[in-house]
Amino acid sequence: MTAVETGTTSEDTGEDVLAVAREQVLERGEGLSQEQVLAVLQLPSDRLSEALALAHEVRMRHCGPEVEVEGIVSLKTGGCPEDCHFCSQSGLFESPVRAAWLDKDRLVEAAKQTAKTGATEFCIVAAVRGPDAKLMEQVRAGIAAIRAEVDINVACSLGMLTQEQVDELAAMGVHRYNHNLETARSHFPEVVTTHSWEERWDTLQMVRAAGMEVCCGGIVGMGETLDQRAEFAVQLAELEPDEVPLNFLIPNPGTPFAHLEVPQGADALMTVAAFRLALPRTVLRFAGGRELTLGDLGAEQGMLGGVNAIIVGNYLTNLGRPAEQDLDMLETLKMPIKALNDTL
Amino acid sequence: MSAVLEPTDGAGAAAVYCAWCGGARTEGEHAACDRRLATVDPPRHCPVCARRMVVQVDPVGWTARCSRHGESAGQNGFSWPGDEAKRELDP
Repeated sequence: MTAVETGTTSEDTGEDVLAVAREQVLERGEGLSQEQVLAVLQLPSDRLSEALALAHEVRMRHCGPEVEVEGIVSLKTGGCPEDCHFCSQSGLFESPVRAAWLDKDRLVEAAKQTAKTGATEFCIVAAVRGPDAKLMEQVRAGIAAIRAEVDINVACSLGMLTQEQVDELAAMGVHRYNHNLETARSHFPEVVTTHSWEERWDTLQMVRAAGMEVCCGGIVGMGETLDQRAEFAVQLAELEPDEVPLNFLIPNPGTPFAHLEVPQGADALMTVAAFRLALPRTVLRFAGGRELTLGDLGAEQGMLGGVNAIIVGNYLTNLGRPAEQDLDMLETLKMPIKALNDTL
Repeated sequence: MSAVLEPTDGAGAAAVYCAWCGGARTEGEHAACDRRLATVDPPRHCPVCARRMVVQVDPVGWTARCSRHGESAGQNGFSWPGDEAKRELDP
């Protein structure tokens, strides 16, 4: 089957999209357009290896061989007032996840555990619409305690922020702020109804203006069309985030998305390649759901297909592979872990 | 790596409920529940009484506290006591 028959040609030139991407993305460093990303996502499965190989070349050329390792922990679990349909921590659903708070000692211990893996980032996450004064004070105390004992960059993910809160977090020395747009703007109303995509976008703009690095990604497999997946990749490129975490849906019991299927591995890997070709210079991180969607072999394929960062160990409410497995994988693949004083 | 959730009431209570869905182990099919526990989920229900537990996940492990049967802890994955078929799924 030819590229023309499968609709995977560039609209402008009629050329095969991977041939166009080789010149445009690899050589000139210009990310693919929405139509071009869609063409990659529509490639037949027998071209997956080719797409991954090109994405890997792009990553090596524009980002280098280092892999950024991160650990995350949930400071405040469950009881969230928002209705993100994928999330087991919403207080609006009949989820088995109960509310819990992490105390400062365990937070510092989690940072120590993360640093032992060689990670350079430790992200403190809370299931909230946005932080209140109590949470901000806990974050302040937690960051101070971590800084006193652990040599690691601290990131935060605390929902939507006011300008005052952005300034406070910047003053605390928060290195990077995570706030995922989650999905394409056109699909967002099918995923969240209690706040808007634009509200999230506004927080991200304030974060960047305050000098913190911007971490913004989403979840693949929430019922979006391939066109919407391509739309999302390009919207992320427009944001120019420092990091894009890519999650794959874990259908959690009690949530509105409990009935959705776990994304297929080949589909997920083509998405990895397409996102790298849309975001040639961004840190592209494997995040939650890769264990179910990709397994061990798929994770390696992803690392050789454009991904240059991983979350090691467990996630917020889900478990990951033991960190040692991922570190062994990186050693096997001869991919060095980024050091704390390096900049990707 | 996995951990075994040990009832802590000291009474040798039988673990009869699925730690993932909270249903009776003797009723229905729990293979999918066991796969989730072996890969991405900590236990959410007490296997002795099926109460929802307060679970905290950290980078290397989890703790789960039942208000009646106490706290258990583990690393990655969960192993149902005595379920050899489940254990074969563990890394």
